[in-house]
Amino acid sequence: MKVYLDNAATTAMSKEVLEEMLPFFSEVYGNPSSVHSFGQASKNALDTARARVATALGAKPSEIIFTGGGTEADNAAILGVAQKLQKKGKHIITTAIEHHAVLHACEKLEKEGFTVTYLPVDEFGLVTASQVEQAIKDDTILVTIMYANNEVGTIMPISEIGAVCNARGILFHTDAVQAVGHIHIDVVEQNIDLLSLSAHKLHGPKGVGALYMKKGTNLPPFIYGGAQEFKRRAGTENVAGIVGLGKAIELATASIDENAKKQTAMRDRLIDGILKNIPEVKLNGHPTKRLPNNVNVSIKYIEGESILLMLDINGIAASSGSACTSGSLDPSHVLLALGLSHETAHGSVRLTLSEYNTYEEIDYTIKTLETITQRLRAMSPLYNPTTKSFSKDENTHSH
Amino acid sequence: MSYSKKVLDHFQCPRNVGELEDANGIGMVGNAKCGDIMQMFIKVNDDGIIEDVSFKTFGCGAAVATSSMATEMIKGKTIDEALKLTNSAVVEALEGLPPAKVHCSVLAEEAVKLAIEDYKKKKEEL
Repeated sequence: MKVYLDNAATTAMSKEVLEEMLPFFSEVYGNPSSVHSFGQASKNALDTARARVATALGAKPSEIIFTGGGTEADNAAILGVAQKLQKKGKHIITTAIEHHAVLHACEKLEKEGFTVTYLPVDEFGLVTASQVEQAIKDDTILVTIMYANNEVGTIMPISEIGAVCNARGILFHTDAVQAVGHIHIDVVEQNIDLLSLSAHKLHGPKGVGALYMKKGTNLPPFIYGGAQEFKRRAGTENVAGIVGLGKAIELATASIDENAKKQTAMRDRLIDGILKNIPEVKLNGHPTKRLPNNVNVSIKYIEGESILLMLDINGIAASSGSACTSGSLDPSHVLLALGLSHETAHGSVRLTLSEYNTYEEIDYTIKTLETITQRLRAMSPLYNPTTKSFSKDENTHSH
Repeated sequence: MSYSKKVLDHFQCPRNVGELEDANGIGMVGNAKCGDIMQMFIKVNDDGIIEDVSFKTFGCGAAVATSSMATEMIKGKTIDEALKLTNSAVVEALEGLPPAKVHCSVLAEEAVKLAIEDYKKKKEEL
C-alpha cells in the first residue's frame, strides 16, 4: 500500500487544476502585457485567478500580488516593510516557531541594525495577543506571526493579534501558507495587512503563490523591471501557474468545511490510534487549536529519521522534526520552542493528511507505526532497562 | 539526501543486533541530545579473537547501518586487527555515506575501540 502523509510538505495537484492550466502551456500563450488578442486572453486568465484568490481571502483583486511562492511572499512582506518604514522604527515582533522563510528574513534585518523580538510559545505552540501587545515598543513597525504552524499544526489567535496591531497602528503580516484553503480566513475582519500563501499546499502547482497587500500598505517593489503585478513584482507572469493557483484556491474554499470535517475525523482517528496502541508517545501541538490535517507525535527511545525510513520501506511517506537530515544535529526549532527535550524532539514524526486519504490508509499507518516502533525500540540502547545506568545526557561524544 | 543500497540493506536487515549476554567488553558512545547513541558488545576468547559481537543503536539510518557494518568487519578478528578499524573503512564498505552522516561512522569506530578498551580493563582487573 502506498500512503502519502506529507501534505504539509506538498500536495498532489488536483486533476481539475491541471485541466484548467493545460491550455496556458500551449494554446493560450500570449504575453499578458501585450495589447493584441493573444495577450488579452492571458490577461483575462490572470484577472480571473486574481479575483478567485481575492474572494478566498475576503480581499479586493487589486490587493493580490502573485509571487513565485510562499517564501517569496514572506520575504517581500518583511523586507518590504523594513525598507519602507526604517525611518519610523526598526523593531519587529515575531515568534520563535516561524518558518525559516520568516526567521531568516528577520535575521538578515538584525544584521542590518533592526531588532527582532522572538516571542516564546507555550507548550502547545501558542502565543497570545497580550504577549504581542506587551512586546510592542515605540519603534515597532511590523508584527509577523504565522497563521498555523507547519510542523505541529497549532493555529494562532490571528483575529486577536490583528485587533491589537490595528489598535496600535502597526502593520500585521501573517504567513498563512499552511492555513489558506484549510481554514476560514477573512483579511478584513481579522485586521490582516499582509498575508502570504502558496498554491502547492492546496492541490495547486509548485512555484507560485501570492502576497495579499492591503490597499494603502504600499510596499516598495521587490523585483524591478516592467509594470507587472502593480509594479511590485516585475517579470512576465507565470500564467499557467497563476491559473492553477486560482483554480486550486477556488476549489479548496468551496469545500473547506467538508474537507476540514473529513480530515479532522481521520486526524483524530490517527492520533487516538497511535496514542492507544503505542506506549510512551506524546502528541505535539494543541489538541484542538490544530490544523485539520496535522498529526505530530514524539515516540520515545527511537529516532525520527529511522522511523521515516522504515515507514517509507512500508510505503508510507511522512516527515520528521529531526533536522538530522539537513546536516544539523539540532532537532527542530519548533519542537524545542515547545519545550521538548532534545531526546524527545529527535523522535518526532509528522503525518499530514489531505482529503485524498482514506480510513484504510489511516488504519494501515497506525498498525505499521506500531510494528516499526517495536522493532526500533528493540535495537535502542535507551529502551533497554539494563542500560539505565548510562545517563542519557552523558557526554561521551561531543559533536 | 540519499543512501546507498548497502546502507539501506544494513538499515533494513541489521546484522548482529541486540545485547550479547556473555559479552566481556562493552563500549558506548554518543548522546541522545545529538540524536545518536551506539552501544557495542564484544566477546573476546582466550586467543584474543572477537568471537561474537553485537550492537544496539539509537539514531538515524546511517547510525544503524554503520553499527551493523562495523560488527561484521570485526567479527572473527583479533582485538589488534579490530583496533585498526577506521571510520573511512566503514564508509567505504557501505559504498559511501552522505557528507552530513559521516560522523556516524566515527561513532562506530569509537564504539569498537571503547568496547576493546573495556575488555582490556576488565582483563587486567581479573
